[in-house]
Amino acid sequence: MAQTTVPQEDPALLAAFEARIAAGESIEPKDWMPERYRKQLTRMMAQHAHSEIVGMLPEGNWITRAPSLRRKMSLIAKVQDEAGHGLYIYCGTETLGVDRHDLFNQLLDGSAKYSSIFNYPTLSWADMGVIGWFVDGAAIVNQTVLAKASYGPYARAMVRICKEENFHKRQGFEICATLAKGTPAQKEMLQDAVNRFWWPSLMMFGPSDKDSPNSAELLKWRVKRKTNDELRQRFVNLTVPQAQAIGVTLPDPDLKYNAETKNWEFGEIDWSEFWEVVQGNGPCNAERLAARNKAHDDGQWVREAALAHAAKRSAKSSAA
Amino acid sequence: MSVEQSWPLWEVFTQGNQGEPFEHAGSLHATDAEHALQNARDVYTRRGEAVNLWVVPSSAITASAPSDAGPFFEPGNEKAYRHPQFYKVPQGVRVF
Repeated sequence: MAQTTVPQEDPALLAAFEARIAAGESIEPKDWMPERYRKQLTRMMAQHAHSEIVGMLPEGNWITRAPSLRRKMSLIAKVQDEAGHGLYIYCGTETLGVDRHDLFNQLLDGSAKYSSIFNYPTLSWADMGVIGWFVDGAAIVNQTVLAKASYGPYARAMVRICKEENFHKRQGFEICATLAKGTPAQKEMLQDAVNRFWWPSLMMFGPSDKDSPNSAELLKWRVKRKTNDELRQRFVNLTVPQAQAIGVTLPDPDLKYNAETKNWEFGEIDWSEFWEVVQGNGPCNAERLAARNKAHDDGQWVREAALAHAAKRSAKSSAA
Repeated sequence: MSVEQSWPLWEVFTQGNQGEPFEHAGSLHATDAEHALQNARDVYTRRGEAVNLWVVPSSAITASAPSDAGPFFEPGNEKAYRHPQFYKVPQGVRVF
């Protein structure tokens, strides 16, 4: 290692920047910012955008098999939203001087990370409900805090996303509540989906605070406003009463209410599973990447046609 | 390299209601203005956010520098004569 990765910043500029952060000011694209801030934001926003894009895959899988037209319509709308969310955030990354096609390429060649949750398979229709309820529920808990992030373009993208995310969660919970009142087989299907998704959903908030390599820096610069463990606790506190309301059990024998702290205390997360999935060894990592690459390759002719069409139109108007 | 790299970047502005100002919504890549307009509708107006859209090539925008914020926008507070309070009105007269 010849060079250190931490660039030396001008101390005066850095102090002024940190004073602005401390004063709760919003940082805009053309403002001076430390290289680490730019790097951390790029990393975090790119991962977030990729997660939205990959998130379309487990759900797209069930569009053709939705049990009614109403369910099919909402699932299509939801998948379309996820694409939009990815685009809002990619647009934000470009304000940091990144080319979004470099980010696409990192996703396609497998060098980029995205949320570990999307590497789990969707085995039954109940999974669509549980993903909306847990996964989008967890996303809302995360994103409402990110809507106050110090970087303006990211915060604004989050405000937009939060407005849409509530629909996702509600449609998911409705599916679950419906199945919970259904036949014994439907109830069993729901409970099975809950059992499979509960722990991976808790892992969505990232490693525990003591093992999170980036948290301190992100908190210091107010990109994040709450720690992974704080957000995870908030999600558990919100979700347990919802599970009770529809009569499903959460697969954690250690789950109990602490009247003093008003928290639902939960058991130990299997972090070895989390790191396995993050390192690309989850149940569906390879499948997701292959599907994403196929979609990209299959879209090649559309992109070429759009360019050809634009060139033709431009030639026509300049000839006229 | 992929072909999209030659798609220029566009800035998107939405007008929420008739008579309101256009607000910046975000950016996108598109082959030409009409394509940008269609993409902007799909990406930024899925829930009735707009009654009008502008798309502008990002390269056409010239922006001020944040470091100039102070002097560039100096409001000229010493120019008291720009404010109505500067002007005296006879007592008892109601002036709009």
